[in-house]
Amino acid sequence: MIAQGKAQRFGSDINTDVIIAAQHKAASLDLAEMARHTFEDIDPGFVERVRPGDVVVADTNFGCGSSRETAARVLLACGISAVVAPSFGRIFFRNAINVGLPAIECDTSGIEQGDLIRVDLAEGHVSVPDRHITRPTTALPAVMRALLAAGGLAAYLHKHQDLVLPPDIPNNK
Amino acid sequence: MGRTIVEKIFESHLRHPVQAGDVVVSPVDFVFSHDGNRPQPLETFEELGGDRVFDPGRVALFLDHGPNVHTPAVSAMHQRMRAFAVAQGARLYEVGRGISHQVLPEEGHAVPGRIIVGSDSHSCTAGAFNLLATGVGSTDLATAMMLGKLWFKVPETIRVVIDGPLPPGVYAKDLVLHLLRELGADGATYRALEYTGGTIASLDMHARMTLTNMAVEMGAKFAVMPADEVMQRFLAGVGVTDYFETASDQDANFQAVHHVNAAAMVPLVAEPPNPDRVRPVEEVAGKPIRQATIGTSANGQLDDLRAAVQVLGDRRISPDVRLFVAPASRRAHLDALREGLVDRLVEAGAIWGTAGCSGCTGASGFGVPADGEAMITSAPRNFVGRTGNRNADIYLASPATVMASALEGRIADPRPYLAIATPETAGVSR
Repeated sequence: MIAQGKAQRFGSDINTDVIIAAQHKAASLDLAEMARHTFEDIDPGFVERVRPGDVVVADTNFGCGSSRETAARVLLACGISAVVAPSFGRIFFRNAINVGLPAIECDTSGIEQGDLIRVDLAEGHVSVPDRHITRPTTALPAVMRALLAAGGLAAYLHKHQDLVLPPDIPNNK
Repeated sequence: MGRTIVEKIFESHLRHPVQAGDVVVSPVDFVFSHDGNRPQPLETFEELGGDRVFDPGRVALFLDHGPNVHTPAVSAMHQRMRAFAVAQGARLYEVGRGISHQVLPEEGHAVPGRIIVGSDSHSCTAGAFNLLATGVGSTDLATAMMLGKLWFKVPETIRVVIDGPLPPGVYAKDLVLHLLRELGADGATYRALEYTGGTIASLDMHARMTLTNMAVEMGAKFAVMPADEVMQRFLAGVGVTDYFETASDQDANFQAVHHVNAAAMVPLVAEPPNPDRVRPVEEVAGKPIRQATIGTSANGQLDDLRAAVQVLGDRRISPDVRLFVAPASRRAHLDALREGLVDRLVEAGAIWGTAGCSGCTGASGFGVPADGEAMITSAPRNFVGRTGNRNADIYLASPATVMASALEGRIADPRPYLAIATPETAGVSR
């Protein structure tokens, strides 16, 4: 599986409130309507600029704060194909994988807004050819790889009819 | 090698040895959700093909995030949640009952030794009761509601040892802001925080919950505290007597150990836009504010309202400030009424809100600041736009510091208001 597109660049400690503000959840129950407000408090041009396949590239602790799964879902609704950051808020990290959005830990230094970026999930590296950057990603735990391969937690449960860990991997590390 | 509280509680559920780093599928003992998330866990429950919840007696729904029911979308969500609770036989705590994190222990759901998952990031608050509680998103929550289990990576534990008496004017909120400054917004990410030491032992359960509540602001998965007599007395008061207690072994493998001298602490303030941008109140004092908020899951309890009234005394708040106050739960509201705290606050000019998450996010329908204004709040978060307006600045502090600031119309140190009146300090009463 490969995610490829332009880098949409953000800094560190990007919390889920600024990905999608709480009042949009109180105003509407419609995800497509909510997605129009993605990042509006810190990057009002994002929704107009983003194209299907684009990759959110951030610094440390992306998705910290509130548990809102909406944050991962509006990114998917905007066409984001992966999020790459050195570290993630742990609830967002789980939510992203659960809804089928690859959240990939990787050094993102030197990657700029608009760079063409390629995330190779199978091989475990991120590359930006124009900047001669090729970097390894941190491997997801086996359980998260299995969830992502299935297309998310709902699809995984449909397939297995239970929450079972992938077999044959000692302690699933 | 000894084991941590976290490892021991997972072992008690799995009945085999567990160590940090293991990925496990563990039974969960209690699952709760609230009205703040989209999609709702009850919607993802349908997406998963859920039919019945695993145990209706172990599932609860809270209508706390939209306590003022101020939009048709909020009332529609409440309607759906009521219907789901009736159909499933699950508990539902109505609008006005209070915030899940405060109501859980009041209703006897915070039982030591349990593993609890909630759809709110501050679910780690319940860890003050010697248990494991964590926040998850809607799909994870729906999975736990359906199957009564969830996968976890058993986290390493960072131990925080806090000793020494808290000086006057310094509270649990200041302790947790101090830790945020030291550890940073990702200082405990993927890990558990264990709070221990003489200062913790001296705090009541409400103050302890301020520390566990804001552990998620450091990224923590769980916040845990050891059991003691203070906890036992609280639990006996709500009819919880049958439980087991868990302590970390002295030779447990902690990822790090931090020591804090509470006696050296001063009141602190977090500047926008992150809870870890913390400075002593003296360095921030004088910043004009137009709004002040006391309440939320971090500091909306009886002792918080007492602390605010102690600073208030018989004064009135500044005419330039709107002071919004909302209790964390109906019980805190009733207790505050009986002590005369509500009278004093409203008389002084406070605007009283519905028990629940009033004033914490812009979705609560209470106390949204205007463009260009600064506000100070006892809430756990000050992110850009958190209270509903990206063009307002949010400062975080203890209820005492919030009240001192509301009196002066600018960020202010609460300590002069708490000092025993002397010729030198009498002047502050204006």
